[in-house]
Amino acid sequence: MSTRRPSTRLLVTVGLLVSLLVAGVVSSFASANPDGLEYVASGLGLDSSARDSATAGSALADYSVRGLDGPVSGGLAGVLGLVAVGLVMGGLVLYVRRRARQHD
Amino acid sequence: MHVPDGFLDAPTSVATAVAAVGVVAYSLRRSVRRELDERTAPLAGLVAVFVFAAQMVNFPVGAGTSGHLLGGALAAVLVGPATATLSITVVLTVQAFLFADGGVTALGTNVLLMAVVGVWVGYGVFRAVLALLPRRLGSVPWAAGAGAFLSVPAAALAFVGLYAVGGAAPIPLGTLAAAMGGWHVLIGLGEGAITVLAVGSVVAARPDLVYGARGRMPALELRTPEGSREVVA
Repeated sequence: MSTRRPSTRLLVTVGLLVSLLVAGVVSSFASANPDGLEYVASGLGLDSSARDSATAGSALADYSVRGLDGPVSGGLAGVLGLVAVGLVMGGLVLYVRRRARQHD
Repeated sequence: MHVPDGFLDAPTSVATAVAAVGVVAYSLRRSVRRELDERTAPLAGLVAVFVFAAQMVNFPVGAGTSGHLLGGALAAVLVGPATATLSITVVLTVQAFLFADGGVTALGTNVLLMAVVGVWVGYGVFRAVLALLPRRLGSVPWAAGAGAFLSVPAAALAFVGLYAVGGAAPIPLGTLAAAMGGWHVLIGLGEGAITVLAVGSVVAARPDLVYGARGRMPALELRTPEGSREVVA
């Protein structure tokens, strides 16, 4: 094979940019309809037993930043969530790698 | 398909939480020993971030209903099933605590449904379909798509199973199973399409990083800019 392959760094950078675009911009075009479980639950009356989550008062509850309106609110919430997931997963990967080095 | 608090009774929620902790501990061990290495570690971070982003985009599936990616099969094929369980668990945990998406007491339930059933059914079907397809790299995204497609109704029916054990309201289980299964077959089509695209993109760019493509790589020589050569896979 003579084709050059992109570096891992380039691949991850492009992937992160795509994710940023999806969470920050595309998400505001998402369908607002209930998802499959919510739809079935309300049709069959399961949803009467649902309780508000203990985190329902979170400043980011339901993917919007409290105090902001419109697509900016959802987009910013998405980007913040993306950063949180990246930090937690990054930390976990570092931990797994350290354990693996001890294991070797 | 994030289950809110209150759908399942307390004993069932506690039991699923205990089971989820056990599976996550097992996944940590397996990920350390068999999956993550220096080269593939960055991809694991990317997969979690991408699944979180993609889960924000609900796509319509008709009649006032929508669905979104679960990402279990996608993650399992790219980084391995145990690492996929860890990735999806991180996504679900952030969603439950920051976004109130999926209940906090239901977190164990959601981990079992999406990070365990979704991942392992998706990965199992992927392996089975891959064994039937021609032995080349191009088969990997299609087998991943098949796994993704079936993983969604499987997770939906797993919810029905849990509801049969500890559902809070008396609902006829046959009706619940038919409704959950039916809608999630449709959502599975979207899951399959996104998975074929995402896995196909990574396979096209860097097949050497893809867990599910291990053993499918042609003998390959990497030439570094310095002129040295390295045989990969």
